[in-house]
Amino acid sequence: MKKSIPIAVLLGSGIFAMSLLSACATVKPYQKNKLNDSEMALSSRTAQKFEQSFQLYREGGSGANGGKSGGGCGCN
Amino acid sequence: MRKIYLHVLLLFLGVLGAHGQIKSKPAPADSSNYQSRKLKLDEINLVSAYYHQNGNNSAVTGGIGTEKLTDFANTIDLQMSNFNKAGKKNTFLFELGVDHYTSASSDKIDPSTISSASMADTRIYPSLNWTKSNEKTGNAFGFTGSFSKEYDYQSLGAGFNLTRLSKDKNTQFDFKLQAFLDTWKVILPIELRPATSGNGRESRSEGSSPRNSFSTSFSISQVINPKLQALIIIEPAYQKGLLATKYQRDYFTDGSVRAETLPDKRYKLPIAARLNYFATDQVIIRTYYRYFMDNWGIRAHTAEIEVPVKLTSFVSLSPFYRYNKQTGTRYFAPYGQHDPSATYFTSDYDLSTLNSDFYGAGIRLAPPHGVFGWRHLNMLELRYGHYSRSTGLVSNIITLNLKVK
Repeated sequence: MKKSIPIAVLLGSGIFAMSLLSACATVKPYQKNKLNDSEMALSSRTAQKFEQSFQLYREGGSGANGGKSGGGCGCN
Repeated sequence: MRKIYLHVLLLFLGVLGAHGQIKSKPAPADSSNYQSRKLKLDEINLVSAYYHQNGNNSAVTGGIGTEKLTDFANTIDLQMSNFNKAGKKNTFLFELGVDHYTSASSDKIDPSTISSASMADTRIYPSLNWTKSNEKTGNAFGFTGSFSKEYDYQSLGAGFNLTRLSKDKNTQFDFKLQAFLDTWKVILPIELRPATSGNGRESRSEGSSPRNSFSTSFSISQVINPKLQALIIIEPAYQKGLLATKYQRDYFTDGSVRAETLPDKRYKLPIAARLNYFATDQVIIRTYYRYFMDNWGIRAHTAEIEVPVKLTSFVSLSPFYRYNKQTGTRYFAPYGQHDPSATYFTSDYDLSTLNSDFYGAGIRLAPPHGVFGWRHLNMLELRYGHYSRSTGLVSNIITLNLKVK
């Protein structure tokens, strides 16, 4: 049962990605004023960098949030 | 003679008067596509954070004892750019980070010393990224070099990044490759140091050991409609070398004690998605989900939601909540519960089964004429977050981000 989880997650991500792409409408540059708002940025906030850094040390899971994936330690 | 003087005076006044009638003309507008090639400072970001935690499961003392720790972290980054002759943009991002921490548990490595070097430490980490981009197509590539040093740890990093944008600029693909070549000074707890080390004070370290990390990151972002956009990111990573922290103790059911031992290889696979929605003119919904797995048996689900509310066009308030649920590594056992026949063992509660809540709020000011009327201070953001973990660890963090343009 446990081994089926990664496959299910990968499959789920793929289906999610495909459904997103198929649901897309062509958005013209002049329609992007809301998307260009700084609060809509798809990266994590600059002010989150140290929050993510301590979460990296306090939890076993890490990565895929714009932070580093090892190295540089600071593992206090 | 007087006539000569009068003539000279009149001539001089005439020259002055003639000059006074010349109006300085503004430089004609450049109708060509020429752009300045001089390196220009685009922006400076300053981020400072104060972090404090407390708990009672220190890994240094085998899963019991204080986890009290404070950290004062600061980074400054300078972003500079110029255009080359072909019209391509070069962006240079230089970052310097310095953080200073005090850790009560680290002092338990050798309790006979009043204040060991590891009780308080300063880490310095500069990095430089160069990215070359085509402003017309949005495609870019770049390289990063980084360095980090603290008392028992040194790291050398290198990276490559690539961005490809679709013709309609609604789909973006990003690829990142990173390598960190680290050297870790091996420090054992005082009672586990070999007899040849004397009383341990002369030879705190048992040499050094490498820890190398390699990671790749693939992400695709997509504009779905004028109010909605999404991102999917997969970041496989591989680590090799000394992955255990040798000054952390482990106590066994037979009463013996050994230094933490973990496999020297670790594969990690985090998969994440972001979905941002501009719900109304005042409310934006930012969401994040991540699934994590590794070959040590850790599985984790992380979900995050943040709802920035625009109080005015230039001020927004952003409450946030993050939930994390983790299944711990198979090598974990609490204080005194390790099997003496085990090959790998840890009592580090960061690797145990846990769940955590992190919540707080941020305020962001970005008025068009500068924060507090200072034209160059483009943005100010202040965030506070409270973290509580099912193992009893609690922490608070306050962060200030200033952007100068």
